[in-house]
Amino acid sequence: MRDPSLPYGHRRHTDAVPGAPALAARSVSAGYAGTPGPALTDVSLRVPAGARVALVGPNGSGKSTLLKAVAGLLPVRSGEIRIYGNPVGACHHRVAYLPQRGEVDWRFPISVRRLVTTGRYVHLGWLKRPGRKDREVVSRVMEDLGLTPLAERQIGQLSGGQQQRALLARALVQDGDLLLLDEPLNAVDAGTRETISKVLSELQRRGKTMVVATHDLAILASEFDGALYLREGREVEPEPGAFAGLPVGRGAAWVG
Amino acid sequence: MGWLTEPLQFTFMQTGLLATVLVGGTCAVLGVYVVLRSMAFIGDALAHTILPGLVAAYLLGLNLLGGAVVAGVATALGIGWLSRRGTLREDTAIGVTFTGMFALGILLMSTTGSFRDFSHMLFGNVLGIVPRDLVLISVLALLVLGFLFLFHKELELTSFDPTHARAMGLEADKIRYGLLVLLSLTVVAGVQAVGVVLISALLITPAAAASLVTNSLPRMMAISAAIAVFSGVAGLYASYFFDVASGAAIVLACTTCFGVATVVRVLQQGLGKGSSA
Repeated sequence: MRDPSLPYGHRRHTDAVPGAPALAARSVSAGYAGTPGPALTDVSLRVPAGARVALVGPNGSGKSTLLKAVAGLLPVRSGEIRIYGNPVGACHHRVAYLPQRGEVDWRFPISVRRLVTTGRYVHLGWLKRPGRKDREVVSRVMEDLGLTPLAERQIGQLSGGQQQRALLARALVQDGDLLLLDEPLNAVDAGTRETISKVLSELQRRGKTMVVATHDLAILASEFDGALYLREGREVEPEPGAFAGLPVGRGAAWVG
Repeated sequence: MGWLTEPLQFTFMQTGLLATVLVGGTCAVLGVYVVLRSMAFIGDALAHTILPGLVAAYLLGLNLLGGAVVAGVATALGIGWLSRRGTLREDTAIGVTFTGMFALGILLMSTTGSFRDFSHMLFGNVLGIVPRDLVLISVLALLVLGFLFLFHKELELTSFDPTHARAMGLEADKIRYGLLVLLSLTVVAGVQAVGVVLISALLITPAAAASLVTNSLPRMMAISAAIAVFSGVAGLYASYFFDVASGAAIVLACTTCFGVATVVRVLQQGLGKGSSA
């Protein structure tokens, strides 16, 4: 049997460096192809394993750029990113990425169940089809997120909140250790918000690490361990009285 | 029912029907991706660019379909290369390449002083297909359908969410190149049936019709293939009984099916509205 940790592109599994934080970004600058200036300048972030950290800032502040750089979707122009002590891509099956809804072609003829199942592909690679274990994981996560009654619907027939839950379900079936969530609570209904918050708390209880981009400050204190404030691609001080929590940015203790 | 079997006594009709079913089915299944990924323009362009390959092979006395494969694959890779990383917009790269290649084909044709020999390249002549061509068409069809089957999950994922594909190390660009090569092989297989001018109709029309009546990818492929096979057979019979051009008859049968699918869609939506109101 094929090693499930050998995903597409033959990037090999690498064990975590003992004691390393889940995510360490040091003075990272990154930008999009075809644009000269960086969308992210000299940003540092340290997220201990098991922590839940928020990236806070308005649209265009660099939250998505930072998540994409960590997910390996954007090259880093300077600085360094380490995930469990390893370079980006060394064990990317352990990193689950939740994109914003706009990245997906929702008119495509695919059911909710199949969309969620694509989260397992990272463990399958070429030629292998989803097996019983994959189907079980998919069914369980869909049940947790209240998607079971919608399983056979075409993805475009879902409401915004349901689409968001479907994407989160896909990120969760990957069973990664570091979750990068880009605006998971953006423009969703109250019920979805509650479901997602509950699921995220449960994940943290199971030792998962989460980095969540958000522009919603109201929920921070109760849900996060720390926050990195971004504006125009740079780290900024939180406004007086804003949630601070653990230092995770420039001020974080840089160990290892 | 004698009229149904009457044409089948001729070998050229048997060969033609078999070729049409193979070509139509392959085009229609691959065409679902062409439609869903908005690749209609490049499909049409690839069809036109194999003309110089066909003509050059004819002039040099080489295998026609071999020449077409070379020209088609070279164009597919060339367009990908020209439009890599935003050097040129892709539709611009396609426009430049395809008109240039088509002009080259016409230029080569004109050196012979007569276009008559080439009309079957432009408009197809499915009844002129010989068993040796049928073997090549079968091989191409098997190759294309086999690839679609084996890499279904990758094709599907990169079609609706290339970002997620890249996040797991699956390069959407590589899949795209593969699809372009398949597209050129399919076009080559279909060119004898309907010609370079009309082949993109076989790629696009049945798949577009299927996309109107279903929301499931496998069903879309099945319906698309059924429409293409039906249209192929209907077109051939029309051509036999009414002595009209076979390629054009096949394409018009596809267009008619598309019209029917549009009506079905409108009726479905009307019913949907009626029941929800």
